[in-house]
Amino acid sequence: MATFHFDLVSPEKLAFSGEVDQVDIPGVEGDFGVLAGHAPVVATIRPGILTVTAAGGTRQKIIVLGGLAEVSEKGLTVLADVATSIEELDRAQFTDMIAGMEAQLTEKEGSELDKAIERLDHFKSIQSQLNTTAMH
Amino acid sequence: MASLKDMRVRIASTKATQKITKAMQMVAASKLRRAQNAAEAARPYAEKMDTVISNIASAAAGSPNASPLLVGTGKDQVHLLLVCTGERGLSGAFNSAIVRLARERAFALMNQGKEVKFFCVGRKGYEQLRRIFDKQIVETVELRSVRQLGFVNAEDIAKKVLARFDAGEFDVCTLFYSRFRSVIAQIPTAQQVIPLAVEAAAGNGNAAPSYEYEPEEDEILNQLLPRNLAVQIFRALLENNASFYGAQMTAMDNATRNAGEMIRKQTLIYNRTRQAMITKELIEIISGAEAV
Repeated sequence: MATFHFDLVSPEKLAFSGEVDQVDIPGVEGDFGVLAGHAPVVATIRPGILTVTAAGGTRQKIIVLGGLAEVSEKGLTVLADVATSIEELDRAQFTDMIAGMEAQLTEKEGSELDKAIERLDHFKSIQSQLNTTAMH
Repeated sequence: MASLKDMRVRIASTKATQKITKAMQMVAASKLRRAQNAAEAARPYAEKMDTVISNIASAAAGSPNASPLLVGTGKDQVHLLLVCTGERGLSGAFNSAIVRLARERAFALMNQGKEVKFFCVGRKGYEQLRRIFDKQIVETVELRSVRQLGFVNAEDIAKKVLARFDAGEFDVCTLFYSRFRSVIAQIPTAQQVIPLAVEAAAGNGNAAPSYEYEPEEDEILNQLLPRNLAVQIFRALLENNASFYGAQMTAMDNATRNAGEMIRKQTLIYNRTRQAMITKELIEIISGAEAV
């Protein structure tokens, strides 16, 4: 299978760089997979789980909290606000973050409230995915 | 003339000072390495951001409803100077160099009849600017309690700047920080961040791949531009941090060397005085013995 180059960068570090088979990205308007030879796309991403299938077929899941994905002929670049691999994620802290966001909801109003609720939903879906895949 | 005891005390105190400056130099050296790594780790993100933005921006700049963050408010009457400095002193001319650059710019703008406001990040810059521009400082942020500089810190600052921009408080924002060239060279830099100075991709404008956008270009751009501000501020803070430790290391190295020089001189005087006293006592004893 043809591979392509994938860079995952967050402001604090270069989280992943290498040749991969496939990357599944949680886009704002729906998930999409990127294979080699994908058409040039710029898409914003929502908080979710990004799945990288490396050249050998091994899968790696990385949690990204929003950002931007760019596909060009050179490969795929994801600019993530925060990128943490599932193994490194501190679940207790993540739960706290969700609780904190819920607490802040009452202070917001109008379109800001809508945005906050949307963001919270994304976080909750990450959490439920984490919990269901925890056994594997 | 000081007694021998006084001299001993002075030498001891100089030695203690030297130990402190030496320790500070070594601490700065190890922190510098970490700060330098952080600055380098942030570079790919900022660079990618630049390319993506300039790709989209060159397409969107012509459209009538382009974001004011990109094209400006149409005037440049009020300038906001975002001055990033360190939280601590004892770093040679590091803080003063940034402040001087900002001050010169402020005076130049004021001579042209523009209005200047300051946004200070870092205590040292605030303290220096307060003396001249007290009324013009609209906000200060201290990063004193921050141990590890994170992206959130930059985001907070960016939010405050954007809130003021949305409220129409200024037209142009310039970021002042110290670029880290090497341990001994830090260059105070001014960078305009609002409106964003995008390099015209005229030469290869046609060669750029025609992207599909998801969602629409404008929407992506509107998300990206505020984010880019945070990224630029983050980069400035990291560069500043590295520069600060570089400057401190050099300053402390000088201080250690000066202390060494002082110790050498003081010890020489001390020994001379001591020998003179011994000689004097001997002469007294000998002449006393001869007299008997």
